[in-house]
Formats: sequence, structure tokens, C-alpha cells
Amino acid sequence: MSTPSSSAPGAGSEVPNESSDNAPEGVDTAAADSASLDTVAIDTVAIDIRELLRADAEAAAAEAEFADTDLDATDAAAAEAADATPAADPAPAFDAQDTGAGAGRPRTLAEKVWDDHLVVKGENGSPDLLYIDLHLVHEVTSPQAFDGLRAEGRPVRRLDLTIATEDHNTPTLAIDKPIADLTSRTQIDTLRANAKEFGVRLHSLGDLEQGIVHVVGPQLGLTMPGITVVCGDSHTSTHGAFGAMAFGIGTSEVEHVLATQTLPLKPFKTMAITVEGTLRPGVTAKDIILAVIAKIGTGGGQGYVLEYRGSAIRQLSVEGRMTICNMSIEAGARAGMVAPDDITFDYLKGRPHAPAGQDWDDAVAYWRTLQTDDDAVFDAEVFLDADTLEPFVTWGTNPGQGVSLSESVPDPSTIIDPNERASAERALEYMDLEAGTPLKEIKVDAVFMGSCTNSRIEDLRAFASVIKGQKKADGVRVMVVPGSARVRIEAEAEGIDKIVEEFGAEWRFAGCSMCLGMNPDQLAPGERCASTSNRNFEGRQGKGGRTHLVSPLVAAATAIRGTLSSVSDLNEDAKRETVGA
Amino acid sequence: MEKISTLTGVAVPLKRGNVDTDQIIPAVYLKRVTKTGFEDALFAAWRGDPEFVLNQEPYKNGKVLIAGPDFGTGSSREHAVWALRDYGFTAVLSARFGDIFRGNSGKQGLLTGQVDEADIERLWAAIEAQPGIEATVDLIEKTATVGDLTVSFAIDDYTRWRLLEGLDDIGLTLRDEAAITEFESRRASWRPRTLPVK
Ligand code: SF4
Repeated sequence: MSTPSSSAPGAGSEVPNESSDNAPEGVDTAAADSASLDTVAIDTVAIDIRELLRADAEAAAAEAEFADTDLDATDAAAAEAADATPAADPAPAFDAQDTGAGAGRPRTLAEKVWDDHLVVKGENGSPDLLYIDLHLVHEVTSPQAFDGLRAEGRPVRRLDLTIATEDHNTPTLAIDKPIADLTSRTQIDTLRANAKEFGVRLHSLGDLEQGIVHVVGPQLGLTMPGITVVCGDSHTSTHGAFGAMAFGIGTSEVEHVLATQTLPLKPFKTMAITVEGTLRPGVTAKDIILAVIAKIGTGGGQGYVLEYRGSAIRQLSVEGRMTICNMSIEAGARAGMVAPDDITFDYLKGRPHAPAGQDWDDAVAYWRTLQTDDDAVFDAEVFLDADTLEPFVTWGTNPGQGVSLSESVPDPSTIIDPNERASAERALEYMDLEAGTPLKEIKVDAVFMGSCTNSRIEDLRAFASVIKGQKKADGVRVMVVPGSARVRIEAEAEGIDKIVEEFGAEWRFAGCSMCLGMNPDQLAPGERCASTSNRNFEGRQGKGGRTHLVSPLVAAATAIRGTLSSVSDLNEDAKRETVGA
Repeated sequence: MEKISTLTGVAVPLKRGNVDTDQIIPAVYLKRVTKTGFEDALFAAWRGDPEFVLNQEPYKNGKVLIAGPDFGTGSSREHAVWALRDYGFTAVLSARFGDIFRGNSGKQGLLTGQVDEADIERLWAAIEAQPGIEATVDLIEKTATVGDLTVSFAIDDYTRWRLLEGLDDIGLTLRDEAAITEFESRRASWRPRTLPVK
């Protein structure tokens, strides 16, 4: 374990190791402070990183997936497909290292996986050529990639490392009917035609394995430790929960991987996010990652692979780790990873495509070597205290604008940084919120339980455990969307569908759904939603819709009370009732 | 991707600066699922104007675009290159380009040459003296010629080499195909495979 210093050793460090005498500023830091998240004076690191990288981050945000708020959801999705950032050129990181053997120098998890996929080591500043173990494909970012192959007469190099599913555009009701929206239907039909022409394995709407691409890979046992995973979707970082190197790519890179099964890439820098302690009841992985993003900012991870470590991470299930890695991109990072352990192996064992027999033994032996070496050094480090963490919620229009649920809407006039202040002012106006309003007094019109962040069976179980035997608040629309057809069936076998329906909520078919509203599942203008998804951008869930990002537990409690609530509020209600009776 | 050494075709004076990618191709065209067929989307907002240069008879079959400074700034959409290419343009000359646009152009076989602003003006004058005149862009000599006027342009060596060799990103990577195949032969059998379906 390296020292808790912010200073990166050697060249390439962008994080000065000096204690800033700037008072912590900005909403993000204020949030972190009041939630007592910082254990060491490492806050400085986060602030420095943030300041250094803000400009980059803004540039990236402008190009990032679905970030174009001038467009309606569908346009934005198309624009994402089109505007995907080309391979970023992060500062060289594990450069000047002899990666040939990899032995001899202590390495991080990310460096080990990188080294083991080097096809050609880049020289004189040219990128490395990296082998890709698994390529996930969906309908939004693949059409032009296949078109490019067709134009050049190129085949898909490794059909056996490629798998496609339909998710972004699929309806979650009446899935046997033709899709009404023309753009959506065209994208789906194009994927089907391309899969057929090129021979790509595809799980279409109605198929048992159909679902959100980041739910499907893990459930099939295709996502495993020590591999490289790419997909034309920024939330590919999800798969890092297994100790894989997984990142989103643009459409031209999708074509590149289809044709060559490799990508030319410059190495990323590494950042350790250490979360020590034990989460209190009602606090979950989602709260950890929302707190991390509030702490380092939406640009704090720019150019880095984040490795989540520490006792709180080790105690999490693989699903919880996926929730965390999923949102790494919201901190600006290219990827997030958790070192594999017995929890990972238990999750994987016996899944359809998991290794078996001798392969399993060989794999586990290798996977155990992937832990970051004790004396390996990260380019930057951030610490978070799990013991004091509370349920978290966003109040603004980027995932970094979050605070503990027990707090109030922050006052932009207390923010020193003019850009952040302006952004907070704009956010409050869009969100129609007054500074100083306790978050728990905010009423919602809708609750969305779903998305690749929180739609796995464990998430549905957590949600169901809270709403069981209850009735939803009057006037609140509650939608529960499983991440995949298989999750839906699993949940139904456990009676979760009944619990959801008796609660008064809608039980839907699998897909991205209201996470981005490319299908009909959208908020109406002005509607406010507590959502378990990952992006609270303006208009993300429907034009004029207002999103508060929350955990499944907070979503459930909110659905019951009609205002942003935690599970502990329900317990208080119950106590009051008992006393009153 | 085709190898390029010299390009000849009708020269078009686009006497505007700061033409960003949204003007090259508006966002509404980004919903399409193909990589070709964007010719009608090029400069869509201006094409309705009969005065617009591409609507004037001599320039309709333009191949070499000579634009004002800061061409291709803004969002990274690759469609901007596709639209120019689909219309028939093979080269764009300007005093300055947006970085990402220039990078995307090099990858898609569209030549972008940086020419002094004064030379751009001289090129415009030469073209307007004889609308419909062809320009010849010589990538080996790094020159552009319209009639008697020859100006030089700058292009980075790496992009120039790739254009001369006709190497797109994939073509470039496939030069290492032996290394890829060798890597694959060492790939452990426990690593994931999507086929056969299990
Ligand atoms: S659920 Fe949302 S974030 Fe995840 S892949 Fe779908 S649209 Fe993207």
C-alpha cells in the first residue's frame, strides 16, 4: 500500500503534493465536509485534481454520452452515438516502464491487466495496441461501425468475442408489438440486419438473455476478472467490478474492435479510492459512489482508472461493486475497478460462460495474482469514511451535485468558484428548488427503479424488501424496470412482481427505459423523479424532467412517503404510529 | 481507404470563418444509421439560400474547399467529415482547423491543408476570376495550385504519411496483424467466448 500522499511518483503526475491553503470551496467539497467523509487531509488532492482538470472535464462533458442538453432525449442519444469522443489522449501514465515481463516492479491491478493485453508496446509516444477480450454491442452506437466494415469489405475478426443485445430503445410494455418510434425501430432493425449479415450473436427483445448490455455480460458469466471489455457505451465501466479493465468507446472504435479485436490506446493514470469502515443500515454502494463523485467532482477522475479498495468495498457484493464501477464515468474516469476476491469467484462460478473444470482452476489461480501489489503507487489517492456515510441524493443537474439526504439544498451564494456557483444557480433554477430547503421536504411525482446502475436482482430485492406490504404514496408514479429479461424472470420466481404490483407500482419488461427516455418511458416537463439511474442531466429522463439520483432503498422509501426519504424515516414513522396508537 | 498523392477538382471558395461542425452538419442528421449518404446534410442550414456558394452552377461539383479560418471547430462528430466526403470534397484548405475535426479527417481520408490566411485570400481571388476553375492539391510537394497561382500548405508528417499510404486506423492496426494473431495463439482457454452459445 502506498502512502496516503497525493503526490504521484515520477513523471506524469498532475497532482501537486502541497496542502492547498484555499479553503475548501464549492458545493462538492461542502457536501463532503458536512458528511464527514474525509479522514485525512486528502481533500486537497480532490480539490487540486478537480481544479486542474475542470477545463478538460468540461470539454469532455460537452462531448460525453447524451450530454447534449439542447437536444431531446432521442436526438441526444443519436448525438451521443455520433459525437462519441474519440480515443482520449490521457497523459501517459504507466509509461517508461518495462511492461514486457511486468515482473520486478510493483504494479496496480489496472497495470497488471493492461500489461497482460499488450499486443504491441507503443514506442516514441505512439499508443499501445491492446487486445480486447470481450466486445459488447447494442443498437445505438453500432450501425455506422458495421456500415464502415461493409464499405471496406472487412469481416468481424472474432465473432466468438462479440455479443449484441437490444436495450436503449426497447419498449418496456407490449414488447410483442412493433416499436412505434421510427428512429428507435430503425436502430433495432439495423442491429438485427447487421447481426445476421455478419454473424454476430444477438439477444433480441423477447429473448431470455435480452436486457441492458451491462447486466447481460455479467449474468452470462462473460464478464470475468483480468479481461478487457469494451462497448460503445460509457457505462461499460460497470464490468470493472470483477477486476476487468472495462471502458466505453466511440463508434469508430467499435468498428476498429470489430475489425481487429484490438484498440490503440495510451495508458491511463491510476487513482485509488479507498473506502474504509462499515456501512450503516440503509446505506448502500450507491451512496458510496454518489459521495465519491460529490467529493472529487465530475471531472476528478479524468484520465484515470479508479481502483476502489478498502474494507467497505471488500464487504460489498458483486452487484454493489458494479453499482460503484458503473458510475466511475460520472466522475470523469475512463474506468473503475475492484480487485477480484472470493466474493467475485462465488458470483461467477457456474454461470453459463464462466470457465469450468481445469480452466476454472487456472483462471482462479491467475485471478488471485491481480491484486494491486503492496508497494505499488497510484498517481492519486482519495479516502472516504464508510462509517459516517449517510444516504446520499443529488439536488442538481450533474451527478457531482449531491449531499446527504439529511441536509438542505445548498446555497449557491456560498460557492466561491464562479463557474461552480453559476452552475449551481442554473441547476437550482432548472430543478425548481430553493436554497435551504431540507431535501426531505422535496415532493416527487415519479420514482424510477432501474438502469444499469441498479436493476440487478439484488437491487430489486432491496427495493421489494422496503415496499413489501405497503402502498405507494398517492399521486406518485412508480416504475420498476428489471435490467434484463432473466432478472425479471428471477424476480417473478421470488414473487417480487406481486409485491411491486400490490404496492401500486408498474412492473415492466427489461431495458434502459426511463434512464434516458429513448423509448416512451419519459418524464413529462416539470415532473420530479427519484431515480436509481446514473445521470441527472437536464432533460435526461424526458424534456423538462427533474432527476434526483438515489439508491434503491431511498427510492423505495420515497415511493412510500412521496417525499425524498430514507429507510430510517420509515422506521421513525412506524415508531410514531405505535406511540400514537 | 484510397491512397492520395495529387487531387484535382473544382475549387470552391467558402468565404466564412468559424464554420463549426454544427454548421457543417446539423445535429438533426445524426440520427441516421449509415456512414454514407450525408451529401444532402452538408451545410444544410445554408443550402436553402440560392446565393450560397454550393448553389451556384460552377461550384456544384466542388472537390477542393477553400474555407475561412477556424474550420471544423466544435463538437467531435465524425459526420462532419462524412458529409464533406459524401458531397465530393477530397481536400479542405483553411488557415486554421478545429483539432478534432482535423484528426477525424486524417482518419477518413479527407486532406486538410493549413494555408496562410493571405494565401487563402489570393486563392479566393484566383477562383473568383474564373469560377469553376480546378485546383490541384499535391500532397507530395504540399502545394495547392489554381491557374498560375501555387501556394504551399502545412500538414503534419504522420497524417501526410497515412494519406499517402491510404491507411485508416484499422488499416494501420492491421499492419500488426501478425502480432495480433500471435497474441491470440497464446490467449488462455479460460478467457471468455460468446460462441458457442451456452
Ligand atoms: S441503463 Fe442508462 S446508463 Fe445504462 S446503458 Fe442504458 S441508457 Fe446507458
